[in-house]
Amino acid sequence: MLKENMAGFHYELYKNCLVIYITQDLDHHAVLSLRERSDRLIEAGDVKHVIFDFKDTGFMDSSGIGLLMGRYKKVMFIGGRACVTNVGSAVDRIFKISGLYKIIEKYDTPEDAIKALEVKYEDYI
Amino acid sequence: MKIIFESCSENEAFARTVVAAYITRLNPTLEELSDVKTAVSEAVTNCIIHGYENKKGDITMECTIHNNDISIIVEDYGKGIADIEKAMEPLYTTRPEWERSGMGFAFMEAFMDKLKVDSSPGKGTRVFMEKTIGVCEGQE
Repeated sequence: MLKENMAGFHYELYKNCLVIYITQDLDHHAVLSLRERSDRLIEAGDVKHVIFDFKDTGFMDSSGIGLLMGRYKKVMFIGGRACVTNVGSAVDRIFKISGLYKIIEKYDTPEDAIKALEVKYEDYI
Repeated sequence: MKIIFESCSENEAFARTVVAAYITRLNPTLEELSDVKTAVSEAVTNCIIHGYENKKGDITMECTIHNNDISIIVEDYGKGIADIEKAMEPLYTTRPEWERSGMGFAFMEAFMDKLKVDSSPGKGTRVFMEKTIGVCEGQE
């Protein structure tokens, strides 16, 4: 399993799920490095689904929305799904106002998301 | 309170932290605090990305507290906006290639009580926002 820390974010690859642990405010500044690194991992590996974990951050603005939508579009083309986990109340409001939950699924923990994705994945096979 | 800072992305966090500290005396709820921080973050990000198109420039931020109202002015001296009405439409963005969601002004509008945008092309943009803190009834 791939595990790495880059520029304040922690990435883990679990089977075909890339879990991105966001460990700082998700603003335009953070998005710049996060986008590049996550896309490289998505394109390099057999990544089908992306999970964004918000356990260690309490702030996100519209730049974060752009980042999530962009990654969603990337995995959507290969039949993948995008999830968010451990969403706190401030970030939850941003998701609700922006309508992001129409395309991105929310789970309690990354483990729950992986479970849900795998169930569907097995069904598909 | 008035500060002038450089238009680099590191200063987005700086600006919203300054405002958060400034309004502490109004005893904001966590929700109000995060509303104001988000709005400031949007305004400053707009200056950096759209006003100065990622080039160097000065951003001025001016905050005033009057009774329970916080007013914030965020101003750049960059490109300016030709059609403000269009720019404020939710989901409209001039920079889809940078994955801008087009939600910046919509968030400022949603999280603050008042929002006013003045701009002249070639001269810059000035965003005025206001919010009443801590006077909602039935608040904890």
